[in-house]
Amino acid sequence: MSEINVTLTRTPDITDEIAEDSVAMPALLGPWALMWRKFRRHRVAYVSLWVVVFIYGMAMFGEVLTTTNLEETNVRAPFAPPMGIDLFVENADGTSNFLLHAKGLKLELNRVEMRRTFVQDPEKIIPLGFFVKGHPYKLLGLIPMDRHLFGPKNPRDRVYFFGADRLGRDIFSRIVMGTRISMSIGLVGVVVSLVIGISLGGISGYYGGWIDNIIQRLIEFIRSIPTIPLWMGLAAAIPLGWPPLYTYFVVTLIVSMIGWTGLAREVRGKFLSLRNEDFIVAARLDGLTDWEVIWKHMVPSFSSHIIASLTLAVPLMILAETSLSFLGIGLQPPIVSWGTLLKEAQNIRTIIQAPWLLIAPGSVIVIAVLALNFLGDGLRDAADPNAH
Amino acid sequence: MLGFIARRILYMIPTVIMVSIVTFIIIQLPPGDYLDTLAAELSDSGGLSTGTMEALRNQYGLGQPVYVQYWKWISGILLRGDFGLSFEKNLPVGDLIWDRLGWTFAISLLTLGFIWITALPIGIYSAVRKYSVGDYAATFFGFIGLAVPNFLLALVMMYVAFKYFGQSVGGLVSPEYINAPWTGAKFVDLLKHIWMPIVVVGTSGAAALIRIMRANLLDELYRPYVVTARAKGMSEFQLLMRYPVRVALNPFISTIGWILPTLVSGEIIVAVVMNLPTTGPMLLRALLVQDMYLAGSLILIVSLLTVLGTLISDLLLAWIDPRIRYQ
Repeated sequence: MSEINVTLTRTPDITDEIAEDSVAMPALLGPWALMWRKFRRHRVAYVSLWVVVFIYGMAMFGEVLTTTNLEETNVRAPFAPPMGIDLFVENADGTSNFLLHAKGLKLELNRVEMRRTFVQDPEKIIPLGFFVKGHPYKLLGLIPMDRHLFGPKNPRDRVYFFGADRLGRDIFSRIVMGTRISMSIGLVGVVVSLVIGISLGGISGYYGGWIDNIIQRLIEFIRSIPTIPLWMGLAAAIPLGWPPLYTYFVVTLIVSMIGWTGLAREVRGKFLSLRNEDFIVAARLDGLTDWEVIWKHMVPSFSSHIIASLTLAVPLMILAETSLSFLGIGLQPPIVSWGTLLKEAQNIRTIIQAPWLLIAPGSVIVIAVLALNFLGDGLRDAADPNAH
Repeated sequence: MLGFIARRILYMIPTVIMVSIVTFIIIQLPPGDYLDTLAAELSDSGGLSTGTMEALRNQYGLGQPVYVQYWKWISGILLRGDFGLSFEKNLPVGDLIWDRLGWTFAISLLTLGFIWITALPIGIYSAVRKYSVGDYAATFFGFIGLAVPNFLLALVMMYVAFKYFGQSVGGLVSPEYINAPWTGAKFVDLLKHIWMPIVVVGTSGAAALIRIMRANLLDELYRPYVVTARAKGMSEFQLLMRYPVRVALNPFISTIGWILPTLVSGEIIVAVVMNLPTTGPMLLRALLVQDMYLAGSLILIVSLLTVLGTLISDLLLAWIDPRIRYQ
């Protein structure tokens, strides 16, 4: 009680309104507020947070960003190269005026390589604009809409900001929509590993003894075998005829089967070190059940660490899904994920003909994984009271 | 030390048994049993006589309880070295896999060497010259290396090598050497090809190890014993190599344990992209056509060899660091 009084007397410049509140809660920062303050000082992590928010936003409202329907093919644009965005149009009299546009493409016979290649068609100007009408969709699966953030003003024009694939499908739109599957596999996978990790890690650390020994051996076993062959073996058993949603959940489960071990180890370590702390002993002496001790006192004291490790686990899951789908044994088309997009760029001949098939989805994956890694690192530093 | 070795080997036994059980489950996962597939496969070409079918059915214990099948399968491997039949190639699995496995582990071990050779000096440099340009470059490289999936890096490197250096890509040797006997020229050609998978597989491991080495060394660099040695007038390089680096090296060796599985994993997926004559493409193909005895044997042996590698690294660590022996 005396402590609170001291704090109050030391802050006389607080306005009346706040002072009234602070009788109950003095101007002390809670652990989360302290963490947030520390986190914001970590510049890279703070920027990464916004990148991650943006990517998840893209996953939720992807349709707004797309320019064409996901599955729409175009016989006149197989392997069309990326189109740039130009700002000015030259008029016939030599002057130029501002018009946001992209130059159309036309096919021309390249006599050196003896095949047809795309060249820019300066005659064909596709005006671009914001909030344009396009293909209809349902926002969040509920609200019917047909406006798109950025695209051609004439709904019949087609633009390919990141190029097109072998069927003339727009890579940009497909990447945007692939975000939903790829990023959600990361999240769902992490939730599954969180549940397994906390339960097994908790049991292991709280009770110790033989059950701890068994769980530790199990974790060692899972960590000591190479993951890719195991994943491949399990994923290959998914029947091809299954509906996409089933495949999605099974792939997520397979991916998270490995992810939980790291988390379980961390939770166990925390339980072991907390088990004999005074406040836990006190709670137990007060007659709380094991369940209450764990959920009311132990878990809150290391939840910030858990959040940081979870953030670091998401990119691992994303990479795992991408690798499996790339090999053709994870998600299958027509599901669009970053992994199935990269599958299009599997052989070197395709990549040389259309490098954007590799570069565009590849860079998106790297950016997402980098941002999540930086974010996780920042959170871990912020959650550690001893870090400097 | 002997006690430690015995205990460590004893701990390995349940792991080995679990590996075999998991492999067996994978073999059993696809619907239908092995002989159904075999019969369907051979029915076009005359089919098998009922007698042969019965004999095979008996040999693999098909139609009997699962544990009997497991026992027949595992005892065949342990007692007779019989891994079953690859129905796609119509050959015993044992004849197909060994040189592929050899290449996989050769590349994984070479990669381990590459990781150590690069991560050790860069890690030391980045700790000693903390916050220098080189340190930031190493940190940046580290984060990128961890964020780029192996197969993506492989594709990018193949693209760059082909487009800008005109090098033939894919495979371990150029096409004209594939069936040629081993000569000096073939060996040189092999060296020209093999560096690429090694660098690709090793990048993420090297990135992780640089971070670990840097953190370990930073913990040691400002200890009183280092200051004492410096005060006595020892040259900076000698001081560094003789004390803090040696202490920081310990966790470095223990990393083999967790890095070996990731290397083998990475090698398998990179081999598929680069079309190397190793386990990767064979395993993928076997899984896609559900040639389960071949796939299962590959998974089993790759996992067992990795477990063995981890055991060796643990023993090495115990040999170097007495604290671990007496735990």
